[in-house]
Amino acid sequence: MHHPHPPRVYAGAQELHDEVRTFLDERFPGAVLSSQVDYDFPAFVLQKARTVEVLAALKSDASMGYGFLTTLCGLHFPDHTGAEFGLMYQLHNLPANKRIRIKTFMAAGDIEMPTVTTLWPTANWMERETFDFYGFRFTGHPDLRRILNMDEMTYHPLRKEYALEDAGRHDKEDKYFGR
Amino acid sequence: MATPTHIGQAIAPTAQAIQDKDYNILNLGPTHPATHGIFQNILKMDGEIIRHADPTIGYIHRAFEKLAERRPYAQITPITDRLNYCSSPINNMGWHMTVEKLIGCEVPKRAQYMRVIIMELARIADHIVCDTVIAVDTGAMTGFLYLFQWREKIYEIYEEICGARLTTNIGRIGGMERDFSETAWRKLKAFMQEFPKALEEFDKLVTRNRIFVDRTVGTGPISAARALEYGFTGPNLRAAGVDYDVRVMNPYSSYEDFQFSIPIGTSGDTYDRYMVRMAEMWESYRIIEQAIAKMPDGAFHADVPEFYLPPKEQVYSEMEALIYHFKIVMGETDVPKGEVYHCVEGGNGELGFYLVSDGGRTPYRLHFRRPCFIYYQAYPEMITNGMLSDAILTMSSMNVIAGELDA
Repeated sequence: MHHPHPPRVYAGAQELHDEVRTFLDERFPGAVLSSQVDYDFPAFVLQKARTVEVLAALKSDASMGYGFLTTLCGLHFPDHTGAEFGLMYQLHNLPANKRIRIKTFMAAGDIEMPTVTTLWPTANWMERETFDFYGFRFTGHPDLRRILNMDEMTYHPLRKEYALEDAGRHDKEDKYFGR
Repeated sequence: MATPTHIGQAIAPTAQAIQDKDYNILNLGPTHPATHGIFQNILKMDGEIIRHADPTIGYIHRAFEKLAERRPYAQITPITDRLNYCSSPINNMGWHMTVEKLIGCEVPKRAQYMRVIIMELARIADHIVCDTVIAVDTGAMTGFLYLFQWREKIYEIYEEICGARLTTNIGRIGGMERDFSETAWRKLKAFMQEFPKALEEFDKLVTRNRIFVDRTVGTGPISAARALEYGFTGPNLRAAGVDYDVRVMNPYSSYEDFQFSIPIGTSGDTYDRYMVRMAEMWESYRIIEQAIAKMPDGAFHADVPEFYLPPKEQVYSEMEALIYHFKIVMGETDVPKGEVYHCVEGGNGELGFYLVSDGGRTPYRLHFRRPCFIYYQAYPEMITNGMLSDAILTMSSMNVIAGELDA
């Protein structure tokens, strides 16, 4: 496929990545599994067990100062055996205007995660939404109930096994579209 | 019942109602006219004082994040219309810019300026709704009926640009669908000429009105620190005194070319939220003025044939155009793999799009960072120990839009 302007790494993102990576490698050796720059965002994949302590340090450490939780959401990759589910946290250092993304992955049988509501009260509804749609159990969450779907629902609809189309319909199958 | 010394101040429990069982349960919503949308709050009332509030949301949840996983990129724009439907064009542009970032597409200056004009018109329309509705909730119907005419005129401008009024689907991935027509320019210029007078009159009618000031000052306040903890953005955060605005912090669509200031409040109460939005309407007006004056010549869309529909004449006469037309309409265009976050300053704050692409024709995952959803969770805290009538004002001044709240 032809692209007039190839995707790029934005100015300053690589420096920000290196700065945070150095901090994490010094303070939490081995916690960072991988990291890269996606466009304007440095993204770090962390060990699940250490994610929350790293988030706490990124928030409280004076040299980091990521005090604002922009958003968090769930991810589901059924093909990644042993790391099917993921969580994405997006942090913002407002005074310095620096943004980073933290991700962590976990196996389908082990989707318990300590809550970050103790760090950011705003995570309350975000975690409820993530629980509602993916089923993550946020331990220590003050009020882990469904939020957008009805309480009687028995499944977590954003998981990939729930196809959007009616399973009885065959006229929209990919083969009819040459895909 | 305790008599409030000053409306809006927290009042200590009366002796009779310290026990939980002595409270009255009041079901506010989901379809109460004063909530301006589908919101339910179960309130524990001590006389007229709210002691506890439990919001239920999701009444108009439409599974947009799930829908987006089945839809080609161009077909997701109409979904974004239905987030904050008071300022749909901002959502549309935010989505276009997210995809443009992913595919690495540079939009020509003219298209960027056109987008700025449309987004600022949308901000004015959004703030007209919010500010006039605050006035309605204090009992002032006149200003609402009066200023809403100018929202109508903004919708007429949208109509000239894209054919739609509320759910606009305005612009395209790669630029704008067409240049502004003669009529669009004429209507825009007429709006620019007449609107300041109308806004000034509304300002005179409401801003220093004794009843309005008494009802709104000190009502539903939140401190800057607490607002940040709750993830506030947009006018509600700025009313608490934090000058965070995405247009300045992470300029997009050439916002860095324009001179404007970021109005802030001090106490984060209903009056400050009202005032910040009033001041922002003037700033938006200034931005539109500058964009019209500096409007560059040139193309109104980028040269991205895989994403941007070719002119209809070419589709009927040229092979290549026909193929691209077919591929775009059928949603057969693949995009690069990657992860993108792009945010714009929506009517209510930072509207973000987190997009995970696996290279296919549809997003693998699309998450909307909806400012309403994030700040509405502070609502119980803001209305507890206040009057019921103040809770109505607090909600309208936070501009909670059900479409954005429930996605």
